[in-house]
Amino acid sequence: MTASTPGHHHPSNPILSLKDAALGFGERVLWNDLTLDVCAGEFLAVLGPNGSGKTSLLKTILGQQSLDSGTIRFDGHPVRRGDRRIGYIPQQKLIPGGTPMRGRDLVALGVNGHRFGLPVSRGAERRQVDNLLESVGASHYADEPVGNLSGGEQQRLRVGQALAGDPRMLLCDEPLLSLDLQHQRGVSELIDRRRREHGTPVVFVTHDVNPVLGMVDRILYLAGGQFREGTPDEVLRSDVLTELYGTPVEVLRTGGRVVVVGIPDSETHHHGHGEAGA
Amino acid sequence: MRAATLLAIGDDDLWSRMFNFENYGELLGLVQNSILAGAVLGIVGGLIGVFVMQRDMAFAVHGISELSFAGAAAALLFGMNVVAGSLAGALVAAIVIGILGSRARDRNSIIGVLMPFGLGLGILFLALYPGRSANKFGLLTGQIISVDDPQLGWLSAISLVVLVSLLLIWRPLSFDSLDADVAAARGVPTRFVSLAFMVLLGLIVAVSVQIIGALLVLALVVTPAAAALRLSASPILVPVLAMVFGFVSAVGGILLAIGGSLPISPYITTISFFIYLVARLVGLRARPRPGLR
Repeated sequence: MTASTPGHHHPSNPILSLKDAALGFGERVLWNDLTLDVCAGEFLAVLGPNGSGKTSLLKTILGQQSLDSGTIRFDGHPVRRGDRRIGYIPQQKLIPGGTPMRGRDLVALGVNGHRFGLPVSRGAERRQVDNLLESVGASHYADEPVGNLSGGEQQRLRVGQALAGDPRMLLCDEPLLSLDLQHQRGVSELIDRRRREHGTPVVFVTHDVNPVLGMVDRILYLAGGQFREGTPDEVLRSDVLTELYGTPVEVLRTGGRVVVVGIPDSETHHHGHGEAGA
Repeated sequence: MRAATLLAIGDDDLWSRMFNFENYGELLGLVQNSILAGAVLGIVGGLIGVFVMQRDMAFAVHGISELSFAGAAAALLFGMNVVAGSLAGALVAAIVIGILGSRARDRNSIIGVLMPFGLGLGILFLALYPGRSANKFGLLTGQIISVDDPQLGWLSAISLVVLVSLLLIWRPLSFDSLDADVAAARGVPTRFVSLAFMVLLGLIVAVSVQIIGALLVLALVVTPAAAALRLSASPILVPVLAMVFGFVSAVGGILLAIGGSLPISPYITTISFFIYLVARLVGLRARPRPGLR
Protein backbone atom coordinates (compact mmCIF):
# COMPACT_ATOMS: atom_id res chain seq x y z
CA MET A 1 0.00 0.00 0.00
CA THR A 2 1.27 3.44 -0.73
CA ALA A 3 1.22 6.46 1.46
CA SER A 4 1.03 8.98 -1.33
CA THR A 5 -2.08 10.97 -2.07
CA PRO A 6 -2.71 10.70 -5.78
CA GLY A 7 -4.65 13.46 -7.40
CA HIS A 8 -3.82 16.00 -4.71
CA HIS A 9 -1.46 18.86 -4.98
CA HIS A 10 -0.02 20.22 -1.77
CA PRO A 11 1.29 23.71 -1.33
CA SER A 12 4.82 23.63 -0.10
CA ASN A 13 4.20 24.48 3.55
CA PRO A 14 1.66 22.22 5.21
CA ILE A 15 0.43 23.14 8.67
CA LEU A 16 0.37 19.56 9.91
CA SER A 17 2.76 17.09 8.40
CA LEU A 18 3.31 13.41 9.22
CA LYS A 19 6.13 11.55 7.57
CA ASP A 20 6.52 7.76 7.64
CA ALA A 21 4.77 7.81 10.98
CA ALA A 22 4.20 4.53 12.79
CA LEU A 23 2.57 3.70 16.07
CA GLY A 24 1.59 0.46 17.75
CA PHE A 25 1.16 -1.11 21.12
CA GLY A 26 3.12 -4.30 21.62
CA GLU A 27 2.37 -6.63 18.72
CA ARG A 28 -0.48 -4.55 17.43
CA VAL A 29 0.23 -2.01 14.71
CA LEU A 30 -2.14 0.95 14.63
CA TRP A 31 -0.65 2.53 11.57
CA ASN A 32 2.55 2.34 9.61
CA ASP A 33 4.21 4.49 6.94
CA LEU A 34 1.63 7.20 7.45
CA THR A 35 2.58 10.23 5.42
CA LEU A 36 0.09 13.02 5.42
CA ASP A 37 0.02 16.78 4.93
CA VAL A 38 -2.78 19.03 6.06
CA CYS A 39 -2.68 22.47 4.49
CA ALA A 40 -4.45 25.75 5.14
CA GLY A 41 -8.18 25.59 4.50
CA GLU A 42 -8.37 21.81 4.35
CA PHE A 43 -10.99 19.70 6.10
CA LEU A 44 -9.65 16.24 6.88
CA ALA A 45 -11.98 13.66 8.36
CA VAL A 46 -10.34 10.78 10.22
CA LEU A 47 -12.60 7.73 10.12
CA GLY A 48 -12.35 4.19 11.33
CA PRO A 49 -13.80 1.75 13.80
CA ASN A 50 -13.01 1.91 17.51
CA GLY A 51 -9.51 0.69 18.29
CA SER A 52 -8.18 1.65 14.87
CA GLY A 53 -5.94 4.35 16.25
CA LYS A 54 -8.02 7.49 15.74
CA THR A 55 -7.59 8.57 19.35
CA SER A 56 -3.90 7.72 19.31
CA LEU A 57 -3.42 9.85 16.20
CA LEU A 58 -5.14 12.69 17.99
CA LYS A 59 -2.92 12.29 21.05
CA THR A 60 0.12 12.23 18.79
CA ILE A 61 -0.91 15.53 17.23
CA LEU A 62 -1.42 16.94 20.73
CA GLY A 63 2.10 15.84 21.67
CA GLN A 64 0.79 13.49 24.35
CA GLN A 65 1.89 10.33 22.58
CA SER A 66 5.17 9.85 20.79
CA LEU A 67 5.58 7.96 17.52
CA ASP A 68 7.40 4.65 17.26
CA SER A 69 9.08 5.97 14.15
CA GLY A 70 8.74 8.78 11.65
CA THR A 71 8.10 12.45 12.31
CA ILE A 72 5.18 14.72 12.99
CA ARG A 73 5.48 18.46 12.60
CA PHE A 74 3.07 21.26 13.29
CA ASP A 75 3.72 24.59 11.63
CA GLY A 76 7.20 23.45 10.70
CA HIS A 77 8.25 22.29 14.17
CA PRO A 78 7.95 18.99 16.02
CA VAL A 79 4.64 18.84 17.90
CA ARG A 80 4.73 19.60 21.63
CA ARG A 81 2.36 19.23 24.55
CA GLY A 82 -0.03 22.06 25.30
CA ASP A 83 0.53 23.95 22.05
CA ARG A 84 -2.03 26.73 22.24
CA ARG A 85 -2.01 27.22 18.48
CA ILE A 86 -4.08 24.05 18.21
CA GLY A 87 -7.73 24.61 19.01
CA TYR A 88 -8.99 21.39 20.55
CA ILE A 89 -12.69 20.51 20.57
CA PRO A 90 -13.34 17.43 22.68
CA GLN A 91 -16.10 14.86 22.72
CA GLN A 92 -19.27 16.20 24.16
CA LYS A 93 -19.16 15.21 27.83
CA LEU A 94 -22.17 16.67 29.55
CA ILE A 95 -21.09 19.08 32.28
CA PRO A 96 -23.02 18.12 35.41
CA GLY A 97 -25.56 20.45 36.98
CA GLY A 98 -24.18 22.34 39.96
CA THR A 99 -20.85 23.16 38.31
CA PRO A 100 -20.04 26.68 39.50
CA MET A 101 -19.47 28.14 36.06
CA ARG A 102 -21.51 30.15 33.57
CA GLY A 103 -21.37 29.86 29.81
CA ARG A 104 -18.97 32.76 29.54
CA ASP A 105 -16.63 31.21 32.10
CA LEU A 106 -16.27 28.11 29.94
CA VAL A 107 -15.22 30.26 26.99
CA ALA A 108 -12.97 32.38 29.21
CA LEU A 109 -10.97 29.27 30.11
CA GLY A 110 -9.85 29.24 26.48
CA VAL A 111 -8.63 32.83 26.82
CA ASN A 112 -6.85 32.73 30.18
CA GLY A 113 -7.49 29.31 31.76
CA HIS A 114 -3.83 28.36 31.40
CA ARG A 115 -2.61 31.43 33.24
CA PHE A 116 -1.45 31.36 36.85
CA GLY A 117 -1.99 34.35 39.11
CA LEU A 118 -4.92 36.01 40.79
CA PRO A 119 -8.12 35.15 38.89
CA VAL A 120 -8.95 38.70 37.85
CA SER A 121 -9.75 39.11 34.17
CA ARG A 122 -8.80 42.23 32.30
CA GLY A 123 -11.19 44.32 30.24
CA ALA A 124 -9.60 43.21 26.98
CA GLU A 125 -10.07 39.59 27.96
CA ARG A 126 -13.71 40.14 28.83
CA ARG A 127 -14.30 41.79 25.46
CA GLN A 128 -12.57 38.89 23.73
CA VAL A 129 -14.88 36.46 25.54
CA ASP A 130 -17.90 38.52 24.46
CA ASN A 131 -16.74 38.39 20.84
CA LEU A 132 -16.18 34.66 20.99
CA LEU A 133 -19.63 34.12 22.51
CA GLU A 134 -21.09 36.22 19.74
CA SER A 135 -19.23 34.31 17.03
CA VAL A 136 -20.59 30.93 18.17
CA GLY A 137 -24.09 32.28 18.73
CA ALA A 138 -24.01 31.72 22.48
CA SER A 139 -24.45 35.28 23.73
CA HIS A 140 -28.03 34.79 24.88
CA TYR A 141 -27.14 32.00 27.30
CA ALA A 142 -23.70 33.30 28.27
CA ASP A 143 -24.76 33.95 31.85
CA GLU A 144 -26.62 30.69 32.45
CA PRO A 145 -24.95 28.06 34.62
CA VAL A 146 -23.27 25.64 32.16
CA GLY A 147 -24.78 22.68 33.99
CA ASN A 148 -28.24 23.90 32.99
CA LEU A 149 -27.42 24.03 29.27
CA SER A 150 -28.13 21.30 26.73
CA GLY A 151 -25.34 19.25 25.18
CA GLY A 152 -25.54 21.27 21.97
CA GLU A 153 -25.34 24.58 23.79
CA GLN A 154 -22.37 23.38 25.82
CA GLN A 155 -20.66 22.22 22.63
CA ARG A 156 -21.06 25.63 21.01
CA LEU A 157 -19.33 27.11 24.04
CA ARG A 158 -16.51 24.58 23.61
CA VAL A 159 -16.07 25.69 20.02
CA GLY A 160 -15.84 29.26 21.30
CA GLN A 161 -13.27 28.13 23.86
CA ALA A 162 -11.20 26.42 21.15
CA LEU A 163 -11.28 29.52 18.92
CA ALA A 164 -9.78 31.67 21.67
CA GLY A 165 -6.22 32.61 20.89
CA ASP A 166 -6.76 32.40 17.14
CA PRO A 167 -5.69 28.78 16.54
CA ARG A 168 -3.65 27.74 13.48
CA MET A 169 -5.55 24.45 13.28
CA LEU A 170 -8.70 22.93 14.75
CA LEU A 171 -8.51 19.42 16.12
CA CYS A 172 -11.90 17.87 16.79
CA ASP A 173 -12.47 14.61 18.67
CA GLU A 174 -15.96 13.36 17.84
CA PRO A 175 -17.40 16.77 18.67
CA LEU A 176 -20.89 15.84 17.45
CA LEU A 177 -21.23 12.66 19.48
CA SER A 178 -24.65 12.37 21.16
CA LEU A 179 -25.91 15.66 19.76
CA ASP A 180 -29.26 15.80 17.99
CA LEU A 181 -29.32 16.48 14.25
CA GLN A 182 -30.01 20.17 14.56
CA HIS A 183 -27.10 20.73 16.93
CA GLN A 184 -24.87 18.47 14.84
CA ARG A 185 -25.47 20.79 11.92
CA GLY A 186 -25.07 23.94 14.01
CA VAL A 187 -21.79 22.89 15.61
CA SER A 188 -20.25 21.50 12.41
CA GLU A 189 -21.18 24.69 10.54
CA LEU A 190 -19.38 26.76 13.19
CA ILE A 191 -16.25 24.69 12.66
CA ASP A 192 -16.56 24.91 8.88
CA ARG A 193 -17.14 28.65 8.94
CA ARG A 194 -13.90 29.17 10.82
CA ARG A 195 -12.15 27.14 8.11
CA ARG A 196 -13.68 29.10 5.26
CA GLU A 197 -13.25 32.55 6.76
CA HIS A 198 -9.77 32.13 8.25
CA GLY A 199 -8.35 29.23 6.26
CA THR A 200 -7.88 27.30 9.51
CA PRO A 201 -7.48 23.64 8.62
CA VAL A 202 -9.67 21.14 10.43
CA VAL A 203 -8.75 17.61 11.52
CA PHE A 204 -12.02 16.00 12.44
CA VAL A 205 -12.04 12.58 14.11
CA THR A 206 -15.40 10.88 13.84
CA HIS A 207 -17.02 7.48 13.45
CA ASP A 208 -19.82 8.94 11.34
CA VAL A 209 -18.85 11.11 8.39
CA ASN A 210 -22.40 11.97 7.35
CA PRO A 211 -22.94 15.16 9.37
CA VAL A 212 -19.79 16.68 7.78
CA LEU A 213 -19.83 14.92 4.39
CA GLY A 214 -20.51 18.17 2.53
CA MET A 215 -17.50 19.89 4.10
CA VAL A 216 -14.88 17.16 3.90
CA ASP A 217 -12.01 17.57 1.41
CA ARG A 218 -10.14 14.43 2.32
CA ILE A 219 -10.62 11.33 4.37
CA LEU A 220 -8.08 9.30 6.30
CA TYR A 221 -9.68 5.93 6.90
CA LEU A 222 -7.94 3.76 9.53
CA ALA A 223 -8.71 0.08 10.02
CA GLY A 224 -6.90 -3.07 11.05
CA GLY A 225 -3.42 -1.57 11.11
CA GLN A 226 -3.76 -0.04 7.65
CA PHE A 227 -5.19 3.11 6.17
CA ARG A 228 -6.51 4.69 2.99
CA GLU A 229 -6.38 8.36 2.27
CA GLY A 230 -8.02 10.48 -0.42
CA THR A 231 -11.17 12.36 -1.32
CA PRO A 232 -14.49 10.95 -0.08
CA ASP A 233 -15.15 9.59 -3.57
CA GLU A 234 -11.79 7.87 -3.62
CA VAL A 235 -12.04 6.29 -0.19
CA LEU A 236 -15.70 5.64 0.47
CA ARG A 237 -15.98 2.90 -2.14
CA SER A 238 -16.86 -0.74 -1.74
CA ASP A 239 -13.67 -1.97 -3.42
CA VAL A 240 -11.38 0.32 -1.42
CA LEU A 241 -12.87 -0.53 1.96
CA THR A 242 -13.13 -4.23 1.09
CA GLU A 243 -9.40 -4.22 0.44
CA LEU A 244 -8.74 -2.25 3.61
CA TYR A 245 -10.82 -4.48 5.87
CA GLY A 246 -9.81 -7.64 4.00
CA THR A 247 -13.41 -8.78 3.94
CA PRO A 248 -16.37 -7.90 1.72
CA VAL A 249 -17.66 -4.47 2.74
CA GLU A 250 -20.30 -2.55 0.91
CA VAL A 251 -20.61 1.21 0.75
CA LEU A 252 -24.15 2.38 0.13
CA ARG A 253 -25.10 5.92 -0.80
CA THR A 254 -28.68 6.87 -0.14
CA GLY A 255 -30.16 10.32 0.00
CA GLY A 256 -26.81 12.07 0.39
CA ARG A 257 -25.79 9.71 3.19
CA VAL A 258 -23.08 7.12 3.19
CA VAL A 259 -23.55 3.83 5.01
CA VAL A 260 -20.88 1.18 5.28
CA VAL A 261 -22.28 -2.34 5.63
CA GLY A 262 -20.43 -5.51 6.52
CA ILE A 263 -17.66 -4.22 8.76
CA PRO A 264 -16.37 -7.23 10.74
CA ASP A 265 -17.80 -7.41 14.25
CA SER A 266 -14.43 -7.34 15.96
CA GLU A 267 -13.79 -3.94 14.43
CA THR A 268 -17.00 -2.28 15.54
CA HIS A 269 -17.00 -2.40 19.32
CA HIS A 270 -19.22 0.60 19.53
CA HIS A 271 -22.00 -0.88 17.43
CA GLY A 272 -21.72 -4.56 18.11
CA HIS A 273 -23.06 -5.41 14.69
CA GLY A 274 -21.78 -5.19 11.17
CA GLU A 275 -23.06 -1.83 10.18
CA ALA A 276 -21.74 1.63 10.84
CA GLY A 277 -21.87 5.06 9.41
CA ALA A 278 -18.70 5.32 7.39
CA MET B 1 -43.10 12.63 90.15
CA ARG B 2 -39.66 11.95 91.57
CA ALA B 3 -38.47 10.62 88.23
CA ALA B 4 -39.59 13.81 86.55
CA THR B 5 -37.65 15.93 89.02
CA LEU B 6 -34.56 13.87 88.48
CA LEU B 7 -34.93 14.23 84.78
CA ALA B 8 -35.31 17.97 85.12
CA ILE B 9 -32.12 18.20 87.14
CA GLY B 10 -30.43 16.03 84.59
CA ASP B 11 -31.62 18.39 81.85
CA ASP B 12 -30.27 21.41 83.67
CA ASP B 13 -26.96 19.73 84.12
CA LEU B 14 -26.81 18.70 80.50
CA TRP B 15 -27.70 22.21 79.41
CA SER B 16 -24.98 23.80 81.50
CA ARG B 17 -22.47 21.32 80.17
CA MET B 18 -23.45 22.21 76.62
CA PHE B 19 -23.93 25.93 76.97
CA ASN B 20 -22.53 28.01 79.78
CA PHE B 21 -21.89 31.68 79.42
CA GLU B 22 -20.63 32.49 82.94
CA ASN B 23 -17.32 34.36 82.90
CA TYR B 24 -17.68 34.37 79.14
CA GLY B 25 -15.54 37.45 78.59
CA GLU B 26 -12.66 35.98 80.51
CA LEU B 27 -12.84 32.70 78.61
CA LEU B 28 -13.02 34.55 75.33
CA GLY B 29 -9.71 36.20 76.07
CA LEU B 30 -8.12 32.85 76.76
CA VAL B 31 -9.20 31.25 73.51
CA GLN B 32 -8.62 34.26 71.29
CA ASN B 33 -5.97 32.49 69.25
CA SER B 34 -8.12 29.40 68.86
CA ILE B 35 -10.85 31.58 67.42
CA LEU B 36 -8.41 33.17 65.02
CA ALA B 37 -7.13 29.77 63.87
CA GLY B 38 -10.70 28.52 63.53
CA ALA B 39 -11.66 31.57 61.49
CA VAL B 40 -8.83 31.19 59.02
CA LEU B 41 -9.38 27.45 58.74
CA GLY B 42 -13.13 27.93 58.21
CA ILE B 43 -12.52 30.37 55.38
CA VAL B 44 -9.84 28.32 53.63
CA GLY B 45 -11.66 25.02 54.20
CA GLY B 46 -14.76 26.48 52.59
CA LEU B 47 -12.77 27.73 49.62
CA ILE B 48 -10.83 24.55 48.92
CA GLY B 49 -14.08 22.62 49.36
CA VAL B 50 -15.37 24.14 46.12
CA PHE B 51 -12.62 22.26 44.26
CA VAL B 52 -13.01 19.15 46.43
CA MET B 53 -16.62 18.99 45.25
CA GLN B 54 -15.78 19.66 41.59
CA ARG B 55 -13.01 17.09 41.56
CA ASP B 56 -15.15 14.56 43.42
CA MET B 57 -12.65 14.20 46.23
CA ALA B 58 -14.70 14.04 49.44
CA PHE B 59 -13.55 10.48 50.03
CA ALA B 60 -9.94 11.53 49.45
CA VAL B 61 -10.31 14.18 52.14
CA HIS B 62 -11.42 11.54 54.58
CA GLY B 63 -8.56 9.25 53.59
CA ILE B 64 -5.98 12.00 54.00
CA SER B 65 -7.33 12.90 57.42
CA GLU B 66 -6.97 9.32 58.71
CA LEU B 67 -3.34 9.23 57.59
CA SER B 68 -2.86 12.61 59.18
CA PHE B 69 -4.25 11.15 62.40
CA ALA B 70 -1.73 8.31 62.17
CA GLY B 71 1.09 10.82 61.73
CA ALA B 72 -0.07 12.87 64.69
CA ALA B 73 -0.46 9.78 66.88
CA ALA B 74 3.05 8.64 65.96
CA ALA B 75 4.40 12.08 66.87
CA LEU B 76 2.57 11.93 70.19
CA LEU B 77 4.02 8.51 70.99
CA PHE B 78 7.58 9.42 70.06
CA GLY B 79 7.45 12.78 71.79
CA MET B 80 7.66 14.86 68.63
CA ASN B 81 5.67 17.84 67.44
CA VAL B 82 2.10 16.70 66.89
CA VAL B 83 1.34 19.30 64.22
CA ALA B 84 4.44 18.24 62.31
CA GLY B 85 3.41 14.59 62.55
CA SER B 86 -0.07 15.43 61.37
CA LEU B 87 1.32 17.41 58.42
CA ALA B 88 3.70 14.62 57.45
CA GLY B 89 0.93 12.00 57.46
CA ALA B 90 -1.44 14.21 55.48
CA LEU B 91 1.15 15.16 52.87
CA VAL B 92 2.27 11.57 52.31
CA ALA B 93 -1.35 10.47 51.86
CA ALA B 94 -2.23 13.41 49.61
CA ILE B 95 0.78 12.88 47.35
CA VAL B 96 0.27 9.11 47.11
CA ILE B 97 -3.39 9.61 46.22
CA GLY B 98 -2.46 12.38 43.78
CA ILE B 99 0.16 10.30 41.96
CA LEU B 100 -1.56 6.92 41.89
CA GLY B 101 -5.15 7.99 41.66
CA SER B 102 -5.55 10.27 38.70
CA ARG B 103 -8.68 8.38 37.68
CA ALA B 104 -11.63 8.38 40.07
CA ARG B 105 -11.96 4.60 40.28
CA ASP B 106 -8.26 4.02 40.99
CA ARG B 107 -8.35 6.81 43.48
CA ASN B 108 -11.23 5.39 45.47
CA SER B 109 -9.67 1.97 45.71
CA ILE B 110 -6.34 3.45 46.82
CA ILE B 111 -8.08 5.51 49.46
CA GLY B 112 -10.11 2.50 50.57
CA VAL B 113 -6.87 0.63 51.08
CA LEU B 114 -4.92 3.46 52.74
CA MET B 115 -7.60 4.66 55.13
CA PRO B 116 -8.04 1.63 57.42
CA PHE B 117 -4.27 1.14 57.41
CA GLY B 118 -3.77 4.71 58.62
CA LEU B 119 -6.53 4.51 61.18
CA GLY B 120 -5.18 1.20 62.46
CA LEU B 121 -1.65 2.59 62.79
CA GLY B 122 -3.00 5.60 64.62
CA ILE B 123 -4.92 3.43 67.07
CA LEU B 124 -1.80 1.35 67.65
CA PHE B 125 0.30 4.43 68.43
CA LEU B 126 -2.36 5.79 70.77
CA ALA B 127 -2.69 2.46 72.57
CA LEU B 128 1.08 2.49 73.15
CA TYR B 129 1.04 6.12 74.29
CA PRO B 130 1.23 6.30 78.06
CA GLY B 131 0.10 9.95 78.43
CA ARG B 132 -3.24 11.61 79.13
CA SER B 133 -6.18 10.09 77.36
CA ALA B 134 -7.71 13.47 76.55
CA ASN B 135 -4.90 14.01 74.05
CA LYS B 136 -5.62 10.65 72.49
CA PHE B 137 -9.18 11.29 71.59
CA GLY B 138 -8.46 14.90 70.76
CA LEU B 139 -6.83 13.80 67.53
CA LEU B 140 -9.94 11.97 66.41
CA THR B 141 -12.57 14.37 67.67
CA GLY B 142 -10.92 17.76 68.02
CA GLN B 143 -8.71 19.43 70.57
CA ILE B 144 -8.22 23.05 69.57
CA ILE B 145 -8.52 24.24 73.16
CA SER B 146 -5.54 22.11 74.15
CA VAL B 147 -3.31 23.25 71.26
CA ASP B 148 -0.78 25.76 72.53
CA ASP B 149 -0.27 29.24 71.11
CA PRO B 150 2.87 28.75 69.02
CA GLN B 151 1.17 25.82 67.31
CA LEU B 152 -1.98 27.85 66.73
CA GLY B 153 0.20 30.42 65.02
CA TRP B 154 1.54 27.70 62.76
CA LEU B 155 -1.94 26.47 61.95
CA SER B 156 -3.07 29.95 60.97
CA ALA B 157 0.05 30.54 58.89
CA ILE B 158 -0.37 27.25 57.02
CA SER B 159 -4.01 28.09 56.28
CA LEU B 160 -2.98 31.46 54.90
CA VAL B 161 -0.34 29.87 52.67
CA VAL B 162 -3.00 27.52 51.31
CA LEU B 163 -5.36 30.45 50.72
CA VAL B 164 -2.83 32.45 48.71
CA SER B 165 -1.59 29.43 46.74
CA LEU B 166 -5.13 28.44 45.88
CA LEU B 167 -5.84 31.89 44.49
CA LEU B 168 -2.67 31.80 42.40
CA ILE B 169 -3.51 28.47 40.73
CA TRP B 170 -7.25 29.23 40.58
CA ARG B 171 -7.73 29.40 36.82
CA PRO B 172 -5.60 26.43 35.72
CA LEU B 173 -7.11 24.43 38.58
CA SER B 174 -10.65 25.33 37.48
CA PHE B 175 -9.80 24.34 33.90
CA ASP B 176 -8.26 21.06 35.05
CA SER B 177 -11.20 20.31 37.36
CA LEU B 178 -13.72 20.87 34.59
CA ASP B 179 -12.00 19.07 31.75
CA ALA B 180 -8.49 17.76 32.26
CA ASP B 181 -8.03 16.62 28.63
CA VAL B 182 -8.85 19.98 27.12
CA ALA B 183 -6.84 21.78 29.79
CA ALA B 184 -3.80 19.67 28.91
CA ALA B 185 -4.30 20.34 25.19
CA ARG B 186 -4.54 24.07 25.88
CA GLY B 187 -1.27 24.36 27.77
CA VAL B 188 -2.24 23.78 31.39
CA PRO B 189 0.48 21.76 33.17
CA THR B 190 -2.20 19.41 34.48
CA ARG B 191 0.05 17.08 36.43
CA PHE B 192 1.66 19.92 38.30
CA VAL B 193 -1.69 21.56 38.98
CA SER B 194 -3.27 18.33 40.28
CA LEU B 195 -0.34 17.57 42.51
CA ALA B 196 -0.18 21.13 43.82
CA PHE B 197 -3.86 20.87 44.66
CA MET B 198 -3.27 17.62 46.57
CA VAL B 199 -0.45 19.21 48.57
CA LEU B 200 -2.67 22.17 49.48
CA LEU B 201 -5.45 19.76 50.41
CA GLY B 202 -3.04 17.78 52.58
CA LEU B 203 -1.95 20.95 54.37
CA ILE B 204 -5.47 22.13 55.10
CA VAL B 205 -6.59 18.67 56.21
CA ALA B 206 -3.68 18.48 58.66
CA VAL B 207 -4.75 21.82 60.11
CA SER B 208 -8.37 20.66 60.34
CA VAL B 209 -7.35 17.48 62.16
CA GLN B 210 -5.83 19.64 64.90
CA ILE B 211 -8.95 21.72 65.24
CA ILE B 212 -11.97 19.48 64.76
CA GLY B 213 -10.39 16.03 64.67
CA ALA B 214 -9.64 13.48 62.01
CA LEU B 215 -13.13 12.03 61.92
CA LEU B 216 -14.86 15.36 61.35
CA VAL B 217 -12.68 17.14 58.80
CA LEU B 218 -15.38 16.87 56.15
CA ALA B 219 -17.61 19.22 58.15
CA LEU B 220 -15.22 22.09 57.31
CA VAL B 221 -13.76 20.99 53.98
CA VAL B 222 -16.86 19.62 52.24
CA THR B 223 -20.10 20.70 53.92
CA PRO B 224 -19.74 24.50 53.50
CA ALA B 225 -18.93 24.17 49.78
CA ALA B 226 -21.71 21.64 49.27
CA ALA B 227 -24.13 24.10 50.86
CA ALA B 228 -22.87 26.97 48.68
CA LEU B 229 -23.28 24.87 45.52
CA ARG B 230 -26.91 24.31 46.47
CA LEU B 231 -27.49 28.04 46.36
CA SER B 232 -25.61 29.28 43.34
CA ALA B 233 -23.67 28.36 40.22
CA SER B 234 -21.80 31.65 40.04
CA PRO B 235 -18.03 31.24 39.98
CA ILE B 236 -17.76 34.16 42.39
CA LEU B 237 -20.72 33.66 44.70
CA VAL B 238 -20.06 29.96 45.33
CA PRO B 239 -16.54 30.43 46.75
CA VAL B 240 -17.64 33.49 48.73
CA LEU B 241 -20.63 31.68 50.27
CA ALA B 242 -18.50 28.60 51.00
CA MET B 243 -15.99 30.78 52.85
CA VAL B 244 -18.75 32.51 54.83
CA PHE B 245 -20.34 29.19 55.78
CA GLY B 246 -17.00 27.72 56.81
CA PHE B 247 -16.21 30.80 58.88
CA VAL B 248 -19.61 30.81 60.61
CA SER B 249 -19.40 27.09 61.38
CA ALA B 250 -15.88 27.19 62.79
CA VAL B 251 -16.08 30.44 64.75
CA GLY B 252 -19.70 29.91 65.81
CA GLY B 253 -18.84 26.43 67.03
CA ILE B 254 -15.91 27.64 69.08
CA LEU B 255 -17.88 30.53 70.59
CA LEU B 256 -20.71 28.24 71.66
CA ALA B 257 -18.40 25.59 73.00
CA ILE B 258 -15.99 27.51 75.19
CA GLY B 259 -18.33 27.91 78.15
CA GLY B 260 -19.41 24.28 78.32
CA SER B 261 -17.25 21.30 79.12
CA LEU B 262 -17.70 19.41 75.85
CA PRO B 263 -15.41 19.27 72.80
CA ILE B 264 -15.98 21.94 70.18
CA SER B 265 -16.41 19.55 67.25
CA PRO B 266 -20.11 18.73 67.72
CA TYR B 267 -20.90 22.45 67.72
CA ILE B 268 -19.01 23.02 64.48
CA THR B 269 -20.44 19.96 62.73
CA THR B 270 -23.98 20.81 63.84
CA ILE B 271 -23.79 24.39 62.63
CA SER B 272 -22.29 23.38 59.31
CA PHE B 273 -24.91 20.65 58.88
CA PHE B 274 -27.78 23.06 59.56
CA ILE B 275 -26.36 25.58 57.12
CA TYR B 276 -26.36 22.80 54.54
CA LEU B 277 -29.95 21.82 55.37
CA VAL B 278 -31.18 25.38 55.02
CA ALA B 279 -29.21 25.82 51.78
CA ARG B 280 -30.78 22.67 50.39
CA LEU B 281 -34.28 23.86 51.22
CA VAL B 282 -33.67 27.34 49.83
CA GLY B 283 -31.94 25.87 46.77
CA LEU B 284 -34.89 23.60 46.04
CA ARG B 285 -37.16 26.61 45.82
CA ALA B 286 -34.82 28.94 43.98
CA ARG B 287 -33.02 26.85 41.41
CA PRO B 288 -34.61 25.52 38.23
CA ARG B 289 -34.04 21.83 37.81
CA PRO B 290 -30.77 21.11 36.04
CA GLY B 291 -31.21 19.57 32.63
CA LEU B 292 -34.56 21.24 32.08
CA ARG B 293 -33.40 23.09 29.04
